[in-house]
Amino acid sequence: MRKVQIIIAAILLSLTACTPTTTSPPQVEKTLTIMTHDSFAVSAEVVAAFESANSVSLQFITSGDVGTALSRAILSRNNPIADVFYGVDNTFLSRALDEDIFEAYDAPALADIPDGFKLDNQNRVLPVDYGDVCLNYDIAYFANHDLEPPTNLEDLLKPTYRGLLVVENPAMSSPGLAFLFTTISHFGEDSYLQYWEGLVANDLLVVNDWETAYYTEFSRWGGSRPIVVSYSSSPPFEVLYSEEPIDTPPTAVVTSPGSCYRQIEFVGILRGTTNRALAEAWVDFMLSPQFQEDMPLQMYVFPVNPQATLADAFVRFLAVPTSPASLDPALISANRETWLQDWTLAVLR
Amino acid sequence: MRPTPRYRSLPIAILWLLPVAYLVTFYFFPLANILGISFSRLHDGGFASLLQTLVSPYILQILGFTFWQAALSTLLTLALGLPGAYLLARYEFRGKSLLQALMGIPFVMPTLVVAAAFSALLGSRGLLNLGLMDLLNLTEPPIHFSNTLGAILLAHVFYNTTIVLRMVGDFWAHLDPRLEHAARILGANHWQTFKQVTFPLLFPSVAAASLLVFIFDFTSFGVILVLGGPHYATLEVEIFYQTISLFNLPLAGILALLQLFCTLGMTILYGRLAARLTLPLALRPQRFTQRRLISWRSRFFAMAMISLLFTLLMLPLTALAIRSVTRLEPDRGQRSHQPGFTLDFYHELTINRRQSIFYAPPAAAIGVSIGYASATAVFSLLLGLPSAIALTRDRRNALNHLMDPLLMLPLGTSAVTLGLGFIIALDQPPLDLRSSWLLIPLAHTLVAYPFVVRSLAPALRSIRPRLRQAGAVLGASPLDVFLKIDLPLAGRAILVAATFAFTISLGEFGATALIARPEYPTLPVAIYRLISQPGAMNYGQALALSTLLMIITAVGMISIERFRIAEIGEF
Repeated sequence: MRKVQIIIAAILLSLTACTPTTTSPPQVEKTLTIMTHDSFAVSAEVVAAFESANSVSLQFITSGDVGTALSRAILSRNNPIADVFYGVDNTFLSRALDEDIFEAYDAPALADIPDGFKLDNQNRVLPVDYGDVCLNYDIAYFANHDLEPPTNLEDLLKPTYRGLLVVENPAMSSPGLAFLFTTISHFGEDSYLQYWEGLVANDLLVVNDWETAYYTEFSRWGGSRPIVVSYSSSPPFEVLYSEEPIDTPPTAVVTSPGSCYRQIEFVGILRGTTNRALAEAWVDFMLSPQFQEDMPLQMYVFPVNPQATLADAFVRFLAVPTSPASLDPALISANRETWLQDWTLAVLR
Repeated sequence: MRPTPRYRSLPIAILWLLPVAYLVTFYFFPLANILGISFSRLHDGGFASLLQTLVSPYILQILGFTFWQAALSTLLTLALGLPGAYLLARYEFRGKSLLQALMGIPFVMPTLVVAAAFSALLGSRGLLNLGLMDLLNLTEPPIHFSNTLGAILLAHVFYNTTIVLRMVGDFWAHLDPRLEHAARILGANHWQTFKQVTFPLLFPSVAAASLLVFIFDFTSFGVILVLGGPHYATLEVEIFYQTISLFNLPLAGILALLQLFCTLGMTILYGRLAARLTLPLALRPQRFTQRRLISWRSRFFAMAMISLLFTLLMLPLTALAIRSVTRLEPDRGQRSHQPGFTLDFYHELTINRRQSIFYAPPAAAIGVSIGYASATAVFSLLLGLPSAIALTRDRRNALNHLMDPLLMLPLGTSAVTLGLGFIIALDQPPLDLRSSWLLIPLAHTLVAYPFVVRSLAPALRSIRPRLRQAGAVLGASPLDVFLKIDLPLAGRAILVAATFAFTISLGEFGATALIARPEYPTLPVAIYRLISQPGAMNYGQALALSTLLMIITAVGMISIERFRIAEIGEF
């Protein structure tokens, strides 16, 4: 009997000792809650600058990938869990707008941002950053095999490149979906499936997620495929996060016109916020040079504000695609399901 | 002796109070919430077309595959787990508890990391293929692993064998061997003894373990996605696709219900079988049931079994651990690069290179993980123990009859559906838990609680009622009877249950990623963050953190093992 009590007491004690103590927020007037996806990152210094300037405490809520976080925002719109949502991109944009979860905000900083990034004329979502989904290749593989690396999408149909490409499933992965959109934009709605059938005939490998494609199948990381769908920022990442300092990236990007897909990420004020003024201040801050200059090395995306200067470490190893592809969000919204179904039938069956 | 009716029904209702309150608040309410929202998005007359989609060849094919792979995986898991359980149950040898703890590690490993480990061994440029190509002078790798059914089955066996080892092994360890001896003396051979004496006695625990393994395989998501590849889909994968990629919530909702009813069906079937075949037994302390490995035959069996378990369960993990201390940078032909030992990845874990606000040092992530896991263990025991006691008290009780299958439902519910329901339902007063740390252990308990009940119930059920009756006749109160008879007899099973709850929480990723505050990531969340970025340092750190997760798991399980509540005494 006593033994049992001791044990229960011990368990409870160890429990209270181990559990993370919920740190009560410092005594500031208000909390601004920002909902986002789990790739979001920002430096502590930048957050502190905003917090002290506005005497507010920021709380970030991350809920899985963009799709999941957006679903959460839509489903909780009657009782919004956050004041601001950041991270919806142009592939999910129409869903967010159709569900009407954002309040319009004509931020002053929009005047500086090129019109090409503004995809909602009512300014319910405001562009923050962009990045490009491109074909990456393993430089060493092509050097060792005396092969020229591919320079455009059409090259991938050649027998020389048979069995060299791995892509992500567009139904399950965001870069995979972006690559499907690249082919639709480049070859047109009528002939993109023909292109994919060609890829299948050339021994294409499809996996479900970026992690498997990059770290399991890509030849740089022990796989057998030297061409992979990834981001234009992946080569600089390989340099910055190399094991030992290296001076050139081990991978490179295919940048020919129309072979990359431009993803733009947006921020919006969630409908029903009780902190409208602070939410506006945060949106302004995200578009200001201070945040825009912090972003590249945190998330490896480009700032949309041309006034932001890019760190040398960021641009040195970067190949910028010439005229990347893009699709109209309304067209995506209307066809997403059909495209995915047709693609699945043509490629996976 | 039959208890009087009043005495019979009152305590059972009280025992169920807490579990029912928990399930209603944290399971049925969130589920009803999300399904309500999902179906409210249907257009007029949309329900008929929804039902039509449900029986379309596309969905039926997915349903068929889900059943097929789950059944096959369960059989293979039993084929490895049962002989393993026999070894752990009937023999006594050095390092047994270490072996048991090691076998539990796969259960917590993140799928992405496990996939990487398997590929390092079996992939097209994995060790085995390279070895075989070298040996047999082949130009193409002979083994195709990734994106095959074989990869799915192997991974399911890898993850779930520990369930059979634990649940069946611990039950078997306390079966009275004298029954088998009697059968042998009466002339039965080994096989006849097993078939007619041992297996029927063992059946309740085998059935309970199989049910859990089956439901885990049936609702499999990560393994199918990462190792099976895009050609395979289970219901859970399809629900995720419909919810997140297409935002077709009505279809996702009805598929979630379909998955739920399948689980319910399996559970009811299990209940019928278990009810027919469970017998009260005299359990014996391990020291009476276990032998040393003396005979040549038993030594050979033990060697073979341990090697097999190690090859299947430990080799991939070892490969991972080795890679976490090896330089990863492949040779780029530019300069000679010797692969060698390095602790760089572990060191890098302690540096906040980007000054990120979400950086968590490894010690913090370990602390957070252990905190949630301990809380989950306590919560699920607090709920599971009364439930298991109620279930074993009286089989005919109406409340028991209802709750027995219902408490299994959280395991069979689509994680994405329930996860979204959980966070949108629990965000308003009186239950505004949106920023409470309690949300995570409460969510983990949904998975851990059915496990706890299923591993406790067979043990409690096997206690002979006349022991309790004798206690009651001698003047013990029901509480005394529980503390002095049930608890000591079920002590091992309670530890097993606590271990499961602890490890379930330690390895959980999906729900945690949805709920966790970014400042307080658990180990799996931190691992995922690293592996989703390019670069040797990021990948190496993910491997290092995975290795730490393995060590924490093993240490956690061995410490729970030491927490002996009581060894089965002699009566």
